[in-house]
Amino acid sequence: MSFDIVITGVGGQGTVLAARVLAAAAMAAGLPVRTSEIIGMAQREGVVMSQVRFGDPLWGALIPDRKADLLLGFEPAEAVRGLPKLKPAGVAVVNTTPVIPVTAALGLSAYDPQACLAYLREKVPRLYLLEASRLAAEAGHPRAVNSVLLGAAAALDLLPFSAGSLLDCLLAAVPEKYREVNRRAFEAGKMAVG
Amino acid sequence: MPKHLLLGNEAIAWGLVEGGLQVAAAYPGTPSSEVFGTLARLAPTKGFYAEWSVNEKVALEVAAGAAYAGARAAVSMKQVGLNVAADPLMALAYIGVKGGLVLVVADDPGPHSSQTEQDTRLFARFAGLPVLDPATPQEAKEMAKAAFALSEVLGLPVILRPTTRVAHVGQDVGIDETVVSPPFTGKFAKDPRWVIFPSLAAKRHVWLNRQQEAAQKLLAATPFNVFREAESELGILASGVSATYAEEALFELGLKVNLFKIGTPYPLPIEPVLSFLKRLKRLLILEELEPVVEDQVIRLAWQHRLPVEIAGKHDHLVPREGEFNVDLVRKIIAFFAGVADQLPPEMVLPPLPARPPVLCAGCPHRASFYALKKAAEGTDAVFTGDIGCYTLGNAPPLSMVDTCLCMGAGINIAAGLFRVGPARKQVAFLGDSTFFHAGLPGLVNAVYNRAAITIVVLDNRTTAMTGYQPHPGTGRNAAGKPAPVIEIAALARACGVEFVRVVDPYDLAEAVRVAREALAFPGPAVVVMRRECVALAQPKKPCRVDREKCLECNLCIEELGCPALAPGPQITPACTGCGLCAAVCPAGAISGGELS
Ligand SMILES: Cc1ncc(C[n+]2csc(CCOP(=O)(O)OP(=O)(O)O)c2C)c(N)n1
Repeated sequence: MSFDIVITGVGGQGTVLAARVLAAAAMAAGLPVRTSEIIGMAQREGVVMSQVRFGDPLWGALIPDRKADLLLGFEPAEAVRGLPKLKPAGVAVVNTTPVIPVTAALGLSAYDPQACLAYLREKVPRLYLLEASRLAAEAGHPRAVNSVLLGAAAALDLLPFSAGSLLDCLLAAVPEKYREVNRRAFEAGKMAVG
Repeated sequence: MPKHLLLGNEAIAWGLVEGGLQVAAAYPGTPSSEVFGTLARLAPTKGFYAEWSVNEKVALEVAAGAAYAGARAAVSMKQVGLNVAADPLMALAYIGVKGGLVLVVADDPGPHSSQTEQDTRLFARFAGLPVLDPATPQEAKEMAKAAFALSEVLGLPVILRPTTRVAHVGQDVGIDETVVSPPFTGKFAKDPRWVIFPSLAAKRHVWLNRQQEAAQKLLAATPFNVFREAESELGILASGVSATYAEEALFELGLKVNLFKIGTPYPLPIEPVLSFLKRLKRLLILEELEPVVEDQVIRLAWQHRLPVEIAGKHDHLVPREGEFNVDLVRKIIAFFAGVADQLPPEMVLPPLPARPPVLCAGCPHRASFYALKKAAEGTDAVFTGDIGCYTLGNAPPLSMVDTCLCMGAGINIAAGLFRVGPARKQVAFLGDSTFFHAGLPGLVNAVYNRAAITIVVLDNRTTAMTGYQPHPGTGRNAAGKPAPVIEIAALARACGVEFVRVVDPYDLAEAVRVAREALAFPGPAVVVMRRECVALAQPKKPCRVDREKCLECNLCIEELGCPALAPGPQITPACTGCGLCAAVCPAGAISGGELS
């Protein structure tokens, strides 16, 4: 059995860390893993997508279209942009707080976050929408969105490892002084879908 | 061996260390930078030497010197970096090396973050050097480790060519953490073989061509070419990462086809490929970018009068541009094998906003561009750009990058434009790392040939675009230790530039004043816009909008395009407190900021 996760968001939101934490938890569970990231220019507030695959069989790191079991969307428009990767019966966990791109602030391109959320509701049978940005801020840091989404994913009884193991991997990946904030954010994510 | 989650680039670094690396030099470039980033971290404990060099040519020459003496040396760079290092590389193929020399050159099909999609395997063929094309991080590590011995047996540098989807792919890879580099105890032996006169070149050219045969045989004996037999008259030959896509596509399609994974695309191992061809009626060749394997296979098939039909780039079945993925390869294989394939219908997405990468909130480059824009208002000045984060200054509303070609070109393009438009103001922007990489010769040339252009060095104290590497202006070396600081302003003065100013772009009024002076100066002028990259600086208190005073004129948004300014205008938590918006607000409604 293999399991594919696609993580979409905006450069700077912490998608890369989320991918690494999921991969670390899979490795701790004894599973072979592949991750794929786009590092470079896109990290400057551009569209970013990380991919995590684990289990067996496993070949390349790129998930084919309509194959991902789980989508973690850090932002409504980016969740939609990543949706073609998700299985028709896949699960999506999506942060409802939009990040308004400069093109939209300048009126050069239109962004209707509500329309994106409506589209997700229509297309994704198992959709979990949460205000991850607010939960992260309440947990102590607006950048802990990734921990909120990981917590939510862990609570869904989908992943081949426990929430506790995922949390351990998360805490091992963040600097000491941010551990408490991330622990709280993770728990808040768990509660939000539980 | 204990397994770690490693990026391909990290795995390569470990492979080099396990292979006995003694000297490493590099210049950063996506997607190669983490190779040396990892080596820089490992160097102190593993006991090898590691330096960030000022450019790729320098890095290769430093490594070549070490390999002349017999040390095992490695360089890393991105594919276009090899263009910069092409001069030493071509001659080095003739001269050869004594110690193993490995070039890690990362290709970027797509391209995701490069100015070209060039194929380093083709460069290897051009230079006559063996090239290894890994499919996974694990294999990339094995190749890096094996490459030193290949290089020493052949007396030739060896190229290891990961693509983005190996370099930036993570895998559970086993590494030997206890390994340390053997200390170098050899000595450079003087010998005419190191001096490339035309007479020597003529002899070495014959030698180099003969080595292709030796290389081909040696590569055939490596474990990097893998044949998986199937009961079929069809076969697929796939180079590097394409092999993983082919395997998954075959699995998805439920097809049994002979599969030969090529890890050594040049020179192609003749015997194993020939025996593969002999069992087939039809062959599909899968490789990203250029038909490097395909051309060699077609030649072999013709030479040996093999009746196999060959599908690939030459019949336009396989694209020659862009990167592959499982879906694309699956379509190609289904067509090749003549099987029907049911793919789910494509999703029709609602309209989505464009989200191109932009300068970060608080990026000092935004302030520098804005200062020049204000200073040049009302003129038809041309703004030539260069390569770095600041290339993003081309987007509206700044629209301050009119040209971008390759690293170091900006100054010279401006000088060329000046020759055919001397009445027009030409402003060349380049970053501090770019200045040291290839900007300096352009500066000297502009002074020497009296090009009356304005050169603006965007000195953010780092190589930001590729991951914040140090450079000669930063006072730190690869190990993070103190290093001599080479001052850009002092260099410009020493080159004979009469107008040289250093200014903080966050001090907008002063920056505009200095920019005006520079534009008015009748000769080459240099302005160093000096302010640390916001990603490295201590975060400051965010700015605030005073709703009472705000005219809602939106000028801050429309002039600056800062990602921390949302419609309202509102300042988001992304604000770093640079204060540029406060400086442009006509109503004094924004407070906070670095210099307030
Ligand atoms: C020949 C070559 N080598 C390396 C690169 C990769 N690269 C892109 S931008 C850049 C450096 C940018 O640094 P700097 O000029 O200081 O600008 P910053 O990104 O800090 O604004 C590098 C190394 C390249 N594009 N071409």
